[in-house]
Amino acid sequence: MYAFSYHQPKTVRQAASLLAKNEDGKILAGGQTLLPTMKQRLAAPPALIDLSKVEGLSGIELKGRSLVIGAMTKHAHVATSEIVRQAIPGLADMAGLIGDPAVRNRGTIGGSVANNDPAADYPAACLALGATIITNMRKVPADQFFTGLFETALEPGEVVVKVAFPIVSKAAYAKFRNPASRYAMVGVFVAKRGSDIRVAVTGAGANGVFRATALEEALKKRFSPKSLDGISMPATGINGDIHASPEYRAHLITVMAKRAVTAAIGK
Amino acid sequence: MTMISMTVNGKAVSGNVEPRTLLVQFLRENLRLTGTHVGCDTSQCGACVVHVDGAAVKSCTMLAVSCEGSHVTTIEGLANGTELHPMQAAFREHHGLQCGFCTPGMIMTAVDIVNRKGSTLDEHTIREELEGNICRCTGYHNIVKAVEAGAQAMGAGGMQAAAE
Ligand SMILES: Cc1cc2nc3c(=O)[nH]c(=O)nc-3n(C[C@H](O)[C@H](O)[C@H](O)COP(=O)(O)OP(=O)(O)OC[C@H]3O[C@@H](n4cnc5c(N)ncnc54)[C@H](O)[C@@H]3O)c2cc1C
Ligand code: FES
Ligand code: FES
Repeated sequence: MYAFSYHQPKTVRQAASLLAKNEDGKILAGGQTLLPTMKQRLAAPPALIDLSKVEGLSGIELKGRSLVIGAMTKHAHVATSEIVRQAIPGLADMAGLIGDPAVRNRGTIGGSVANNDPAADYPAACLALGATIITNMRKVPADQFFTGLFETALEPGEVVVKVAFPIVSKAAYAKFRNPASRYAMVGVFVAKRGSDIRVAVTGAGANGVFRATALEEALKKRFSPKSLDGISMPATGINGDIHASPEYRAHLITVMAKRAVTAAIGK
Repeated sequence: MTMISMTVNGKAVSGNVEPRTLLVQFLRENLRLTGTHVGCDTSQCGACVVHVDGAAVKSCTMLAVSCEGSHVTTIEGLANGTELHPMQAAFREHHGLQCGFCTPGMIMTAVDIVNRKGSTLDEHTIREELEGNICRCTGYHNIVKAVEAGAQAMGAGGMQAAAE
């Protein structure tokens, strides 16, 4: 790892002004993506701005019909929170599938959405649940937040502060893990709010997380795994690598979507 | 250089480190606590697991400066003098190791599992919870047995982690 200067702001405002002052500086949240990347020298930020001492960034609360999760809230906290378990059990289950226990003890929701790894789990949950990403500057709907591979709508100097999830009637996530990395080979998050049905796919899209509208339309007719019978997703625009071909991943999308619908109905 | 202070295995320690110093480097190189191992250095293998403020973390993936004021427990902090912690004793008893390189991380993770999930653990839970710990020797079978027995021993009034 190359040397860098280290800053521990106490407020989001201080963090933002440190980001503005330190060109190419980066926010450090749980460090579970950033530190390995820096150790491999794939990133060499001259300054790290550690959010761990910023007051009020970690926590989970119900606000009206929304579940609001602070950016520095750890995956382990979301996975075991009674509030999340009651409000959106599928979200707690999803958090419990991220990486391994030690990764979940450090990694944060804010880091995960800001990083937008094409195989990460939170982007699928945010997109399917119609979450809003709240930053120090504005509120961005998930549909506009995840813009491409490791790309988001975040501007320089913008800090994710919290993520608000509307409470839905049914939601679940099904993940086919890559057994080595534990990231999603394909992960499908399904959510139903009244007649609105959203299906988000991670791990598969060559351009990152996306909504599978064909599956959404089929599920609108009837919210049942049977509605997905016979639907094959096209392999165009789907990732292929040493782990799986585009055709295999495309096939997995429908399989995982069915599992997610089955799980959602059971909740 | 940044001056940091923390509590490691119940003792107050401090040191002058560069911000890029990892917690595992601080433990091994500054404090000479070499029980914590570096297996992969890429956040995959879990050989470096220690407890920070009661939570199992990969010490190769955390900055020492981020641990300012924290309570850290390493494998050296488990035994009570010459008396092994029940989880350590169970690994010995059940042949939960061969070369021993992964063992400190396995044991720190195992103690964390018991702290979170209680002392009655089934095989499935143990295997799932050990997901972040890789062993190249044992085939895991005896590790799982050791964790199950160690958990029971901890539950049967065995001592808790000495320094926690
Ligand atoms: C072994 C291993 C397995 C993993 N498996 C999975 C998995 O199965 N599924 C999965 O989804 N993830 C997985 N991860 C990634 C993990 O979830 C990370 O914790 C997460 O992607 C990043 O969160 P972090 O808090 O660690 O962020 P960091 O690594 O600290 O930061 C990541 C990036 O986001 C930026 N950032 C962080 N917080 C903010 C903020 N509040 N505002 C703006 N920018 C910010 C940083 O500057 C950096 O660019 C795994 C990681 C490891 C090491
Ligand atoms: S050395 Fe830290 S996870 Fe392998
Ligand atoms: S005993 Fe050798 S790596 Fe586990």
